[in-house]
Amino acid sequence: MEEKNVFGFEEKELDQNEAPIYEALQRFRQMRVVPFDVPGHKHGRGNPELTAFLGEKCVGIDVNSMKPLDNLCHPVSVIRRAEELAADAFGAAHAFLMVGGTTSAVQSMVLATCKRGDKIILPRNVHRSVINALVLCGAVPVYVNPEVDVRLGISLGMQREQVAKAIAENPDAVAVLVNNPTYYGVCSDMRSIVQMAHDVGMVCLADEAHGTHFYFGAGMPLTAMKAGADMAAVSMHKSGGSLTQSSLLLVGPNVSVGHVRQIINLTQTTSGSYLLMSSLDISRRNLALRGREVFAKVVSMADYAREEINEIGGYYAFGKELVNGNSVFDFDPTKLSIHTRDIGLAGIEVYDILRDEYDIQIEFGDIGNILAYLSIGDRPQELERLVSALAEIRRRHQKDPTGLLSQEYIDPIVVTSPQEAFYAEKRSVPITESAGLVCSEFVMCYPPGIPILSPGEKITKEILDYIQYAKDKGCSMTGPEDPEINNINVLV
Amino acid sequence: MELWFSEFHTPDVQHSIRVNRHLYSYKSDYQQIDIFDTPEFGRVLALDGNVMLTERDEFIYDEMITHVPMSVHPGVKDILVIGAGDGGVVKELARYQQVERIDLVEMDPQVLEACRAYLPENASRLDDRRVHIFYDNALRFIRRCTSQYDLIIVDSTDPFGPSEGYFTREFYGICYNALRDDGIMVNQQGSPFYKHDAEAMQRSHQRIHSTFPISRVYQAHIPTYAAGYWLFGFASKKYHPVDDLDAEKWRSLNLQTKYYTTKLHIGAFYLPAFLENMLKEVE
Repeated sequence: MEEKNVFGFEEKELDQNEAPIYEALQRFRQMRVVPFDVPGHKHGRGNPELTAFLGEKCVGIDVNSMKPLDNLCHPVSVIRRAEELAADAFGAAHAFLMVGGTTSAVQSMVLATCKRGDKIILPRNVHRSVINALVLCGAVPVYVNPEVDVRLGISLGMQREQVAKAIAENPDAVAVLVNNPTYYGVCSDMRSIVQMAHDVGMVCLADEAHGTHFYFGAGMPLTAMKAGADMAAVSMHKSGGSLTQSSLLLVGPNVSVGHVRQIINLTQTTSGSYLLMSSLDISRRNLALRGREVFAKVVSMADYAREEINEIGGYYAFGKELVNGNSVFDFDPTKLSIHTRDIGLAGIEVYDILRDEYDIQIEFGDIGNILAYLSIGDRPQELERLVSALAEIRRRHQKDPTGLLSQEYIDPIVVTSPQEAFYAEKRSVPITESAGLVCSEFVMCYPPGIPILSPGEKITKEILDYIQYAKDKGCSMTGPEDPEINNINVLV
Repeated sequence: MELWFSEFHTPDVQHSIRVNRHLYSYKSDYQQIDIFDTPEFGRVLALDGNVMLTERDEFIYDEMITHVPMSVHPGVKDILVIGAGDGGVVKELARYQQVERIDLVEMDPQVLEACRAYLPENASRLDDRRVHIFYDNALRFIRRCTSQYDLIIVDSTDPFGPSEGYFTREFYGICYNALRDDGIMVNQQGSPFYKHDAEAMQRSHQRIHSTFPISRVYQAHIPTYAAGYWLFGFASKKYHPVDDLDAEKWRSLNLQTKYYTTKLHIGAFYLPAFLENMLKEVE
């Protein structure tokens, strides 16, 4: 069926073999258009060193919005088509191509839902981008305590009863936000939580930064869009294979596309990068056409690695056996998370040894665990190296685990909203003397970038001990104005 | 018609051999395997376009990687060979009566099959009753082994292809763990001449040196390898490659060799100054 839409473009049926942005750039290249517009490097000619480094092909498509290439702020042709194809591939009513990382997708979704003073129900182990959005819009967080796995020391998902309780206690809240999954691969009962939120007229948002592959692999946890969530931020550049900083914001049928576009345009660049957009387009096509087989391979590699690592002894590479029907409603089988405490090493220590002595870079290490990120680009021979290096680390560095901290989660005490705390009058105090005061900035280990303290939260001795311990073990700490984290800003 | 096989030793240097016939060409799950018949070097095996052996000069490599450790260790019984799917290393080792077991781990069954068909002389001892062939990733195989070999020979391809994992610290670590308390590991260590090769050689020497108490490098001249100049690593828990050489005992075995002698054994550990410096830099 072909018809002309209001913009005069032919509406063909969507075909996932298409990659409209990529194809438009190919055509653009052949036209050999003379550039009297930005960017000033003019297809790389003005910056030979950069061109030599990145390659002519790459800098040649680093161009500005123009009629044949559409405009990300107000897409009417090829970008619009690419968004429709992405929506179709992900089973969403609409998809927005994002070029400011999943951070911008998360923030747009929060900003489109909440305004100053609105309450939003969310787990405390959210990414910093969520709380940053609260600083921007002035919404107030209502934290649902995630259950903690005592052995692993990690926060799990949100229990249904806890979400129901938060909703009942805060009937004026406007939204519920869910991690689908957490960094470690833990999923909450998405469908029930969406249902609970919708029953009382709240919106349900999903941070699916680590869930792109759920939309394409077989036997994966339920996706936010299938569960009926209203919006989901999807990191195409993580498991989807696109370039860093490219991302998608998906929305369901009851969301105003025009309103969300306005919100995105509040903070997103007006010079969207065609490198990023074409990478989204090509990756979406690849996932739609070949995602199923690709992720089947990733899962079988992860399963194999789990088996091999658990055979070494001492390590615990966890998986689906954690599933308990509630706080671990499902588990992402591609995640290779490994508990290291029983060999007497903090996760961050194993992370450092792997990089410094074995030239193996993993995603992150925290107090008790490491996460090796497996994807579309991995091969079995590299997995053999990782497993062998872990066996060697155990042989050479194993220690008595007594005295190692195990808990990662500390209940926050929210005194004031993140926005109020962030903009309030503050003073800097030595962190050792800050117990009992109210923090006005973030403190977190990065990665994973989940705040230990957020603006507006009470500083406790327990939190200070944790920060000191994480620093001692070599975690890279970020957030505060003082990069050494010897001082911290508190409310006056 | 002129038919030549060319191998790039660096992006700016190539080594060419005239070819009579291209006998075999196959893309396995791991690599491109080719066998040529050539007027100068006889049959030539190439993996991913790199010469692995030629009938004409393979004796140098096979003798130097085997007889050096065999004449130092007083009682080698259990040997693990990594790679070496062509069978040349096994052929040399099988000449020792004292050896009770040779485990050969090769990831690519297709290499063995091709060599059995086209290099039958090399592969002649693969059917020896003491030889056990395992088609497996060597990292996976070795990390299950503890104190069970006297000698490990790492006969891998160069460190930029499917064998990259055999030049890593984790690999040398699990080899150390798989060796008995007086075990020896010998590996092909690449060439010190061209920059790219030299850097890889230094990296692997550094890793071996930090894993084994004794780690020395020795050399041989192999015309078809890059720069015609090749190195081997000798890593050991107890025996010194020169001080513990038992020349008399080895000579009493009456093994006929074309390259190796016990005198050359000692000489091979005397290295040119530039190479000594390169090794010192990373020790």
